[in-house]
Amino acid sequence: MKLYCLSGHPTLPCNVLKFKSTTIMLDCGLDTTSVLQFLPLPLVHSPRLSKLPGWVSKDGTINLEKELKECAGRVFVDSQPEFCLPERELLDLSTIDVILISNYHCMMALPYITEHTGFTGSVYATEPTLQIGRLLMEELVNFMERVPKAQSATCWKNKEIQRVLPGPLKDAVEVLTWKTCYSIQDVNSALSKVQLVGYSQKVELFGAVQVTPLSSGYSLGSSNWIIQSHYEKVSYVSGSSLLTTHPQPMDQSSLKNSDVLILTGLTQMPTANPDGMLGDFCSNLAMTIRAGGNVLVPCYSSGVIYDLLECLYQFIENANLGSTPFYFLSPVANSSLEFSQIFAEWLCHNKQSKVYLPEPPFPHAELIQTNKLKHYPSIHGDFSTDFRQPCVVFTGHPSLRFGDVVHFMELWGKSSLNTIIFTEPDFSYLDALAPYQPLSMKCVYCPIDTRLNFHQVSKLLKEVQPLHVVCPEQYTQPPPSQSHRSDLMLELQPPPMPYRRCSVLGLPFRRRYERIHLLPELAKSLVPSEIKPGVSLATVSAVLQSKDNKHTLQPVPKPLPLPPSKKRKRVVEEPPEVLAPKPLLSGSVPLEAFLAVLHKVRVSLKTLNTYLAC
Amino acid sequence: MPEIKVTPLGAGQDVGRSCILVSIGGKNIMLDCGMHMGYNDDRRFPDFSYITQQGRLTEFLDCVIISHFHLDHCGALPYMSEMVGYDGPIYMTHPTKAICPILLEDFRKITVDKKGETNFFTSQMIKDCMKKVIPLNLHQTVQVDDELEIKAYYAGHVLGAAMVQIKVGSESVVYTGDYNMTPDRHLGAAWIDKCRPDILISESTYATTIRDSKRCRERDFLKKVHETVERGGKVLIPVFALGRAQELCILLETFWERMNMKAPIYFSTGLTEKANHYYKLFITWTNQKIRKTFVQRNMFEFKHIKAFDRSYIDNPGPMVVFATPGMLHAGLSLQIFRKWAGNEKNMIIMPGYCVQGTIGHKILNGQKKLELENRQTVIPEYEPGWSLEVKLQVEYMSFSAHADAKGIMQLIRMAEPRNMLLVHGEAKKMEFLKDKIEQEFSINCFMPANGETSTVATNPSVPVDISLNLLKREMALGGPLPDPKKPRTIWRASLRLVSPEQALKELGLSEHQLRFTCRVQLQDAHSDSDTHIRIYTHLKSVLKGYTIQHLPDGTVMVESIVIKVSSSPEEPNTKVLLLSWSYQDEDLGSFLSTLLKKGLPAALSSM
Repeated sequence: MKLYCLSGHPTLPCNVLKFKSTTIMLDCGLDTTSVLQFLPLPLVHSPRLSKLPGWVSKDGTINLEKELKECAGRVFVDSQPEFCLPERELLDLSTIDVILISNYHCMMALPYITEHTGFTGSVYATEPTLQIGRLLMEELVNFMERVPKAQSATCWKNKEIQRVLPGPLKDAVEVLTWKTCYSIQDVNSALSKVQLVGYSQKVELFGAVQVTPLSSGYSLGSSNWIIQSHYEKVSYVSGSSLLTTHPQPMDQSSLKNSDVLILTGLTQMPTANPDGMLGDFCSNLAMTIRAGGNVLVPCYSSGVIYDLLECLYQFIENANLGSTPFYFLSPVANSSLEFSQIFAEWLCHNKQSKVYLPEPPFPHAELIQTNKLKHYPSIHGDFSTDFRQPCVVFTGHPSLRFGDVVHFMELWGKSSLNTIIFTEPDFSYLDALAPYQPLSMKCVYCPIDTRLNFHQVSKLLKEVQPLHVVCPEQYTQPPPSQSHRSDLMLELQPPPMPYRRCSVLGLPFRRRYERIHLLPELAKSLVPSEIKPGVSLATVSAVLQSKDNKHTLQPVPKPLPLPPSKKRKRVVEEPPEVLAPKPLLSGSVPLEAFLAVLHKVRVSLKTLNTYLAC
Repeated sequence: MPEIKVTPLGAGQDVGRSCILVSIGGKNIMLDCGMHMGYNDDRRFPDFSYITQQGRLTEFLDCVIISHFHLDHCGALPYMSEMVGYDGPIYMTHPTKAICPILLEDFRKITVDKKGETNFFTSQMIKDCMKKVIPLNLHQTVQVDDELEIKAYYAGHVLGAAMVQIKVGSESVVYTGDYNMTPDRHLGAAWIDKCRPDILISESTYATTIRDSKRCRERDFLKKVHETVERGGKVLIPVFALGRAQELCILLETFWERMNMKAPIYFSTGLTEKANHYYKLFITWTNQKIRKTFVQRNMFEFKHIKAFDRSYIDNPGPMVVFATPGMLHAGLSLQIFRKWAGNEKNMIIMPGYCVQGTIGHKILNGQKKLELENRQTVIPEYEPGWSLEVKLQVEYMSFSAHADAKGIMQLIRMAEPRNMLLVHGEAKKMEFLKDKIEQEFSINCFMPANGETSTVATNPSVPVDISLNLLKREMALGGPLPDPKKPRTIWRASLRLVSPEQALKELGLSEHQLRFTCRVQLQDAHSDSDTHIRIYTHLKSVLKGYTIQHLPDGTVMVESIVIKVSSSPEEPNTKVLLLSWSYQDEDLGSFLSTLLKKGLPAALSSM
């Protein structure tokens, strides 16, 4: 059993497990942090961005004016933003049998894996994961395609050139594998390969392995996976949460007794308390609005935004913000809000019971009904006529490199009255803001990451007691910025097996047994005899039938009864067919009885010899 | 031999009060717990005294599963759990859990408040009962206890309707509840995988019907409504609040839109508004098309259909009214019917099945004069002794979402059960379907009456652990691809998954060797070595497919059997053959000795 690690990003994993001759990909996360190296894509022409100076090396020998632009001391690639893909050379992607998706953030690389690679397998995901994942992919494609860039920069990727570029561009890794966004056709084709599963559904793969998604508590439809045979059990934990937000609580007990537990997707903000961040978010928002400024919240179109809106629903009245307009801009804003209301089965208990009334489970329905929250597909169209300030705008993309958020950065960045509040933990806010410097707008960093922290995970592991733990290497040492915090790492006995991009791990367990079925007729024919107390023994002669990786023992077929017309003589001329072997001879021989029998046999032998002599 | 027992307490050769007991692998499960619409006395509920004469049911039942929210499937639930007494788990899907208490409360109000019955379950009992409910998701495998697991499949019939698979070890039963094999305007078709249950318990409401295409029925329905409205008549459509109502609303809504019709369509208020809301929130349970488009246009937000008010009954001019309940046994639909029945311009369309004893059933059978016989259909407004002339047109359109005969056969093909058991249908029709099933699939088909038990013997295989080395070794014997015509025999696999060598070693036993030897005299006028060759050639021609060797020392070996030739100098032509074989080759050895006794054929070339 082997594990191939195709991604080095701990929260956007992509691993491949080879187990009992099946090849299973666990998640295919797309590392989008690479887009931070690129210039933002403005929705309307931005004089500031177009006037940025090009980059020429200090000695003037390398001139990449067209490809690289400088802004506030940093160099950015002026090209269609590109993503860092999972490793595609480590193993042949066409040999992958199934892909298991744990949550909608961890499936964004799916089209790169399933399209144009010869992939013929299927993908398993829950319905909310599929639907919301589709929305996020459509949004990404939309963001990219509505502002196409004529040029695509490639020269800077040359190893010799990249070496002399200023940081952080110099340190960017795997740049040659970076790719621009997929097309909507690829998205549709990739998602058509998804088969829907429900929590605790047992899915058989080729009769050899059973996979089961379990609620992971992180987002709508998010799951951990159990991959097991009759004797071995691998748990794949990815993006789990123990906090009570909107999704169904995490199923912990089913992870018990694993031989191997693959642990990914822990919180990226181990020191930030989500509840505290939520409080900061609300107070900063209220402060800015009261001072007459606008609030910009760069966020994904699904996930934490539901919790933010719910929090605001209670907060608005108390903080006297009833008349402030809240806008949610995204090509998929409406769909995201609508979809959130129809997945009752996947929600926490409180929200489920609201549906029984029947009421919409999320209070944003009421915000929309009372016109406090309005949603638009983009800044163009209706929004431009309805737009009132001061206001609060939720929009993507949280990297600040594309999407409607770019427009609001250009619009509001120059005024210190306005505030940008970062809530998504995926991008460093300083890097995100770099191409907008100098900036007067206030910046507040309230990253809300509800995934497991180190304290919670060590408690969880104590509870479920896996024999071995496999995790990204980042979890086996404290974060580089806080190297003294030994509490911000995994300390386990035996120590976890770390992996990094391109690692191939041999997982430490040996398969020793397999399940086989005895047909009832065969079982009935067995005569166990007690060899010693508690141990009975019977020898079995049977025909082994293996079909679809299921093994059955059948009784040995009896020889056909002799046709009565044939003479006995004829039979002797036919050599006997290979039939059931004689039973195994073992145990102690009762000597007296044996001798007595021998005595009788000798007599008959004599008779035989006499007969032969005649 | 293990067996599975099925006993219907209700719905055995009957429609109504579905309640089926299943005993499987030592577990007892109650499937559905419904009431009978045709009775107002004790026969209304299943006879739970079958389970136990006194005391609570908890210790006799491992779980209760409700397939969908229709009262003939869940109407007796609070009675069973709160009045008879049951505290174990009750499973149903989310939509059923949401809607079922509302229908129960409605049913309770009609029975207690309107008909004045006492000794009935209370609102609080409904609430307490619902607290015992554990919601079930589609395809989720729910472990009721260590051995018993259940799994729900989509059944179509109404919002949230499910079929359930009940499994203990390798034995399993599938109960369909009510289901529909053709997608309609708002729900999808039932689906199940090839799970090969020991028994498939299926409803058989439409056992003998094969319905024409849905499109025709819809066109027919619209034509009739249209004609009536055109001539200024009123159309009454008695429906259950949830289910058919929504489908017909979607149908009329689109028709009104297309034809630009003006006549008002009403929906009796209360339940139904709420009902539409449930459909909006549980849109994942509707069909593909509605799910796909719901963001742009929610099919359950109707433009042309408005809430009905009692005062509209006497309004002049044409109108279409959907009113509950569906079988005209009480409530608003009966009230409207009474007002409109005397006018031949009007029409009543019955879109579903009506249970015997209801007014719906009577007018469908062509009864033109209705009288109140007993207190069965009492509504306080009507004094005893009222009678009614039925002049309006009565139309029956089967829109009930039950599988027809074709659909039932289709489900059998899908699930491939080993036995079939029919419930929820009329005995005569069941008989017909039973014959058909037994003929077409050659499987047993049962149709027990209420209180009658059907028993099916199962033959579960015995799971054993085999050591992987042993399995691999035996599988490798046949090469990479096992020859399908030549099964490999596996020998020495001990019961607890270890190889024989290991077993002997573990148990401290030694293996015995048993060899047989035998002398055969033979007349052969050749030298000893030539005789060896002649024997070798002879055996080679007789024994095909055996390993035969001629060893350098002259010995001939067939598998493990050794043949040696010797002769005395006095009689060089009389050869003595020494044969020796192990116990394992006893068959072959005795064959050889017999064969060689007959001598060697003269025509053998000495090579």
